[in-house]
Amino acid sequence: MSETIRVGMSQLAVAEAPKILVTLGLGSCVAVCIYDYFLKVGGMAHIMLPDSSIANSGVVNRGKFADTAIVDLIEALQQKGTAKERMVVKIAGGSQMFSYQGLDNQIQIGARNIKAVEENLARLGFTITNRSVGGNSGRSVFMDLATGAIRVKMLDSPEIIL
Amino acid sequence: MINELTPLQLDAIREVGNIGAGHAATVLSQLLNQKVSMSVPEVNILPLAEACDVVGGPEKPMVGVYLRVFGGAPSKILYLFPEEKALFLAGLLINDQEKCRNLLGELEVSALKEIGNILTGAYVYAFSNFTGIDMLSSVPALAFDMVGAIMNTILADLGEMGDYALIIETQLTACDESVDGHFFLVPDPDSLATILAALGVNDGCLKQSGSECPN
Repeated sequence: MSETIRVGMSQLAVAEAPKILVTLGLGSCVAVCIYDYFLKVGGMAHIMLPDSSIANSGVVNRGKFADTAIVDLIEALQQKGTAKERMVVKIAGGSQMFSYQGLDNQIQIGARNIKAVEENLARLGFTITNRSVGGNSGRSVFMDLATGAIRVKMLDSPEIIL
Repeated sequence: MINELTPLQLDAIREVGNIGAGHAATVLSQLLNQKVSMSVPEVNILPLAEACDVVGGPEKPMVGVYLRVFGGAPSKILYLFPEEKALFLAGLLINDQEKCRNLLGELEVSALKEIGNILTGAYVYAFSNFTGIDMLSSVPALAFDMVGAIMNTILADLGEMGDYALIIETQLTACDESVDGHFFLVPDPDSLATILAALGVNDGCLKQSGSECPN
C-alpha cells in the first residue's frame, strides 16, 4: 500500500510517485489535480470558495480560494521542476448536496466553485482534460502519483477513473 | 477571533445550546411518545480542515437535514442521522416501520424533513426566548451522502470570514439508543458577537469585521 496524503478542506499538497493524494467526502468543494506525467509529480488543491476578494478578514488563507489556490499549486509544482507543457489537469467535486428552492446562495456554491476553477485555469493557460463535477453526490478523490489516474468514489454509483 | 473565546464565553454558549437542545429533546419525546435523552452540548472550535471529521469517518453515509436560521443571529442548523436510524425515525413518525424502507423515498424524506422542522422550531424558540434575539428558520433541505461531503458544503461559506468553525453539538438518544442523532448549530461568524452580547459575556467584545459591538 502506497503512502497516502490527506488533503483537507482549504489545504494543498504536492508529492511524487508512488504516493497517493486523497481527499475524502468532497461536497461543494472542488479538488484540482495537476500531474506532470514525465516526473510523476503531482499536486492537489482542495478549494472551498470561488474568489479571495470575498474574504473580509485581513490575512487570507490562500488555499481556500480558487483564484489563489490554483496559482499556489502551480507554483509549488514548478518548484519541484515540473513543466507546464507536461501538466495534465483534472478536476472533481462541486456538487450541490442539498436541493433547495432559491433561499440560499450558499447552496449553489458548488456550481460557483466549478466556474471559478475553470476560469482561473483558463486564465493561466491550462486545459482541463478530465472532470467529474456537479450533480448531487459527494465524492472521494484518490490521485495516484505513479500513473496520474484519478479515482473518484461516490456512494450511489460505480467508481470512475479520470 | 473565534478561536480566542474565554472559558466563560464558551460556558455561556454551551448553556444556551443546552436550553435549546433541551426543548428540542422534549418535543422529540412528545412526537415519538418515547423517552429521549440528550448529551451536554459540546462547543467545539475547529479548524475548517478538521471540522468535516467530527462525526467519524468522512465517507460514512449519513442523512443530513439542513436549515438556515435568519434574524438577529443568522446560523446554520444540521441534523445528522446514520442511515438505519433515519429510517427508524421516519418509521416512528408515520407510525409504520414497514413503509419506511427507502431512504430517498418521498415519504421518508418528507418525514425526516418534518422532524428537522419540528426540532428546529423548538430549539430556535428556546434560544430566541433566552437571548432575546429574533430568530426564524427556513424550510429544511435533505441530503443522504458521505458525511464529509455534507459537512464541507455546510461549512464552506464560513471560509469567507476565517479559518475556524464554532460548532455546538448535541447528541440525542431515543428508544434505548435506537435513534441517535447529532445536532449542530453553527452560528455565522458575525452572529457570535451578537449572541455573546445577548448573554452578557461580551467582555472585550469579539472584534468581528462588519459587526458593531452591541452594548
